[in-house]
Amino acid sequence: MWHVLDHGPAEPVGTIVCVHGNPTWSFHWRRFVERFGDRYRVIAVDQLGMGYSERTAQRRFAQRVGDLGDVIDALEVTGPVITVAHDWGGPISLGWVLGNTDRVVGVVLCNTGVAVPAGRRAPALIRLAASGPITDLVCHRTRTFVDGTLALSGKRVTSVARSGYRAPYRRARHRQAIADFVADVPFDDSHPSAAAIAAVAEGIRALTMPVLLAWGAADPVFDDDFAHDLAARLPHADLHRFPTMGHLVVEEADVVGVVEAWLADRVEVATVGSVAGVTRDEPPAAVMPSAAGPLEPIWAGLTRRANDPSPGFVDGATGTETSFADLHQRVMGIAAGLASAGVRPGDRVAVLVLPGVDLLASVYASWRAGAVTVIADRGLGLRGLGRAVRGARVQWVIGPTKALAAARVLRWAPRARLIAVGRRRSLGAVATLRGLARSTAPLPPEPRAGDPSAVLYTSGATGPAKGVRYTHGQMSSQCDALAALYDIDVDDRLVAAFAPFALYGPALGIASTIPDVDVTRPGTLTAEALVAAVGSVAATVVFASPAALANVVRTAGAVPDPRLASVRLVLSAGAPVPVATLRAMADLCPNATLRTPYGMTECLPVADISVPEIDAAIVGSGSSSAFAGVCVGAPVAGVLVMIAPLDFDPLLPVESVGVGVMGEVLIHAPWVSSGYDQLWRTQHDARPAGTDGNTWHRSGDVGHLDRDGRLWIEGRSVHVIDAESGPITPVPVEVAVERLDGIDRCAAVGVGPSGCQQLVVVIEDPNAPEGLASTERATRVRSAVDGSVAAVLVLHALPVDIRHNTKIDRAAVAAWAARVLAGGRA
Amino acid sequence: MRVLVTGATSLLARRTAELLIERGDEVVCLQRHVAPLDAEQRLGDIRDRDHVAAATRGCDAIIHAAAKVGVVGSWDDYHGVNVDGTNAVVAAARANRVGRVVHVSTPSVAHVGSSIVGGLADPPVTGRHGAWYAESKAIAEQNAIAAASEELAVVAIRPHLVWGPGDTQLVGRIVQRARAGRLALVGSGAALIDTTYIDNAASALVAALDAARPDAACNGRAYVIANGEPRPIRDLILGICAAAGVEIEPREVPRRLATAVGALVEGAWRLRRASTEPPLTRFLAEQLGTAHWFDPRPARHDLGWEPTVSIDEGLRRLTAWYAEQ
Repeated sequence: MWHVLDHGPAEPVGTIVCVHGNPTWSFHWRRFVERFGDRYRVIAVDQLGMGYSERTAQRRFAQRVGDLGDVIDALEVTGPVITVAHDWGGPISLGWVLGNTDRVVGVVLCNTGVAVPAGRRAPALIRLAASGPITDLVCHRTRTFVDGTLALSGKRVTSVARSGYRAPYRRARHRQAIADFVADVPFDDSHPSAAAIAAVAEGIRALTMPVLLAWGAADPVFDDDFAHDLAARLPHADLHRFPTMGHLVVEEADVVGVVEAWLADRVEVATVGSVAGVTRDEPPAAVMPSAAGPLEPIWAGLTRRANDPSPGFVDGATGTETSFADLHQRVMGIAAGLASAGVRPGDRVAVLVLPGVDLLASVYASWRAGAVTVIADRGLGLRGLGRAVRGARVQWVIGPTKALAAARVLRWAPRARLIAVGRRRSLGAVATLRGLARSTAPLPPEPRAGDPSAVLYTSGATGPAKGVRYTHGQMSSQCDALAALYDIDVDDRLVAAFAPFALYGPALGIASTIPDVDVTRPGTLTAEALVAAVGSVAATVVFASPAALANVVRTAGAVPDPRLASVRLVLSAGAPVPVATLRAMADLCPNATLRTPYGMTECLPVADISVPEIDAAIVGSGSSSAFAGVCVGAPVAGVLVMIAPLDFDPLLPVESVGVGVMGEVLIHAPWVSSGYDQLWRTQHDARPAGTDGNTWHRSGDVGHLDRDGRLWIEGRSVHVIDAESGPITPVPVEVAVERLDGIDRCAAVGVGPSGCQQLVVVIEDPNAPEGLASTERATRVRSAVDGSVAAVLVLHALPVDIRHNTKIDRAAVAAWAARVLAGGRA
Repeated sequence: MRVLVTGATSLLARRTAELLIERGDEVVCLQRHVAPLDAEQRLGDIRDRDHVAAATRGCDAIIHAAAKVGVVGSWDDYHGVNVDGTNAVVAAARANRVGRVVHVSTPSVAHVGSSIVGGLADPPVTGRHGAWYAESKAIAEQNAIAAASEELAVVAIRPHLVWGPGDTQLVGRIVQRARAGRLALVGSGAALIDTTYIDNAASALVAALDAARPDAACNGRAYVIANGEPRPIRDLILGICAAAGVEIEPREVPRRLATAVGALVEGAWRLRRASTEPPLTRFLAEQLGTAHWFDPRPARHDLGWEPTVSIDEGLRRLTAWYAEQ
């Protein structure tokens, strides 16, 4: 006797067969029934002995595969089938799929496994549960296994859902099959089920239908290793990884939403009986001839100066100079050394090196060796850094002892091979950077433009950082674009006050230096440190974050002669730069143009503007447009910008809205990154197709284009206030309010349910009491804003991002405002 | 259209009757005392079924605004006017084949003490002990809505905190207390409160009357009406005081303290069988200390109604009115 959920319309487009694991039951799939039941026939079985199906004697793996086939046949399933499975359901469903490849059009697997991944043992928790008498105690006689499974997911499973999962397993006699399942895990080849499971593990290598792996990466049992073992067997599989979710990922995360998007994109369901899986290759990396001619490798600028004895890099903290020739020699030596140490093209290398010459050498050498560098922003903090390195699954770690220890002890990369920066091979490192640099091995073949080159993790506004994937071609065309945009030539010398920008130096073939500043807090850059750095290389170009420039302006009084006469160009980006800061900076650099490129980790540059152009934009488009947002300039050569409707459907071709109309900013350029790492859905949603046939990148910013083609940014799409009268973007409101006397910074946020949110302005003022602003101030703010302001509040300090100290965390401000305005404490 | 307006001595019903008269409707009003209106007056008790039935004869529609408000009085008083009175109106509408009834209700029928942030018109809550006004109005609204049918369209309108020139409930009390130097804010005064300028409340009742048809979406439904401009309670109070020419710097009283004092005051008033309204009640403390604002979309969508007088304009009119006084 089977207990089965079977729900669907009269004429389903296909059947979704859901197979649960141990110790769950068909309840696990209830959201699939809700979401897909109107179009698909959704069948969720309770395996024999489980849920509300009949209690039976122990069923072995092979019998369970047969059981699944029997129930599918008995239910007279016809037409295309998509299987969705979790835990033990994974191998069981795959066993059935192998015998039914003619009608299975899609396979979804969540936190499961078909074999213990190479190089490790079965998960400790399962080994423990499966050790003889303990199995009976924890699985059968007590509810430990059921409760333990739920406990692994913590509060992400609601108490109502917990009772649901427990319901069929209240008494010991209900739980025999839980113990039987655990006892059926083959820990060695003599186990009765070992051969059958191994046959499935090998058999799936032949599968060609689309496969989705939806994975909770915080699962201590089926962790990332299992996902990658499956991905190795199913190289065409799409992976969407939820970094902070656990074993019951279907319960904890929006797996059903990922599956819905995936089905729409990958599994074409036209009519019953004529369904075809769509296997789409990744779009080929855009390799376009740039303005400067054919693409050169990223290290070409360095190679051109291979015999140049002049300084190529100066360390601002120590004053140490490294000539171009030395830098080139080190890069090529390390590249050869990496290859002979075993680094293969495509291997991922985490470069956990502080900004300096060792960072430049490690990164360029890795690129030259064909490895993919994983670079994480220090602004992520230790936890975020660890999560990024762990998630990127690096095979190699280059770093000082402290970083190597973290890789081992904090298990960021427990099986990666380590390369030490420094004299000694600490912690079992296979080599030192110095040792590699002396390598006499031949250089490996050069990577090609379409080969992957980097995964960048930068601090996001909310949630875990996403890895952004780049190819060599994308990086090269980005450097060409920057060189063309800013007329960079060999005589330029760069001060990178935002340290990662120093990486552009060798690529642009120019000398660079990093000023003496805490790399985790670039906003603490002093005028003194900047003057010293500019002097050390007679710099012509300065790149600094807006916060760093603001601090330079603040501390300029402490320097006898703060003027930076050699500088011809000051660049600042990462967040909107206050015009006042730019003007003050212009006074310090009498010979310099001040420009602010607009872009993001996924694409830089997008647009660019100078101070006079900002003024012209404000005057040129009429007085009211001073309140239209922040003008970031016209798109740079090679970039297309489209403004898409706020509520566009990413599944349909996107069409632009008109000039002056606010919408989401979409970008198309040769140097847009390939996409997001192991985040199928994020990637899918972020890269819609346009009606023009181009693939576009969603910036997440909202804004508009003016009559003269200039782009105005009005905020982040997630921060748009969803008012009854229509969407209100925060930046225009903030710009208007910040023009008032005595208000330097504010945040415009929405409170209340979407569709009828109220606009609230929160002013930063360390000297006024927190909470409601004074009546006089509230009146001035209300009169400055075009529209109805529900309340004006004061905070001593607005929460800002760690990296730039300028991006306001409007979500946090909104949460605080909502609490105060509901009658809570300020 | 011939419209019966009950309780026309109240500010809202009177203003609504004026609007109807201005646009050419024929108005009959029913209340205990003569209302200052140029309309046919049927003086009497709303609980008197025969009287209500007689006044309803020949009418096309009823706006039922008669109610007993406040906290003073016995359950029987509240039940008699608010529940029996509503039952009498519904019975009269049925007996006289009146097609439309607009029942004037209150957001407090669904009020359970927590803050309301962009809320909807939740179903009435009954079974509350002590809060007799809200309890009786909840039963009355349930009964009125239950009468909605294919012959009789019933719409319940819950205006939220109606104020304006001549309003004694809200404006009158605030100004009186401010002048006496006894005005305190509950909590920090930041709670967002939506209010309804009197002309908007009246036009909403007229809009509901026009929209009420048996096949309309609004038949058998309740709507919260407000300006759709929630403001911190302190800004509102200061605005009203400024309109009345009273300069104040209100004290702040913690919300829990205010609620506790409100409960004490109510008890004391009840024990003394006082006939005046107490200065602070639990309901008032909660109203003034927690957010109360509503999603304006259902009313705008189903009734086709938009407020026409903004808060700022309302305050200007209030200022002018006080200047005349």
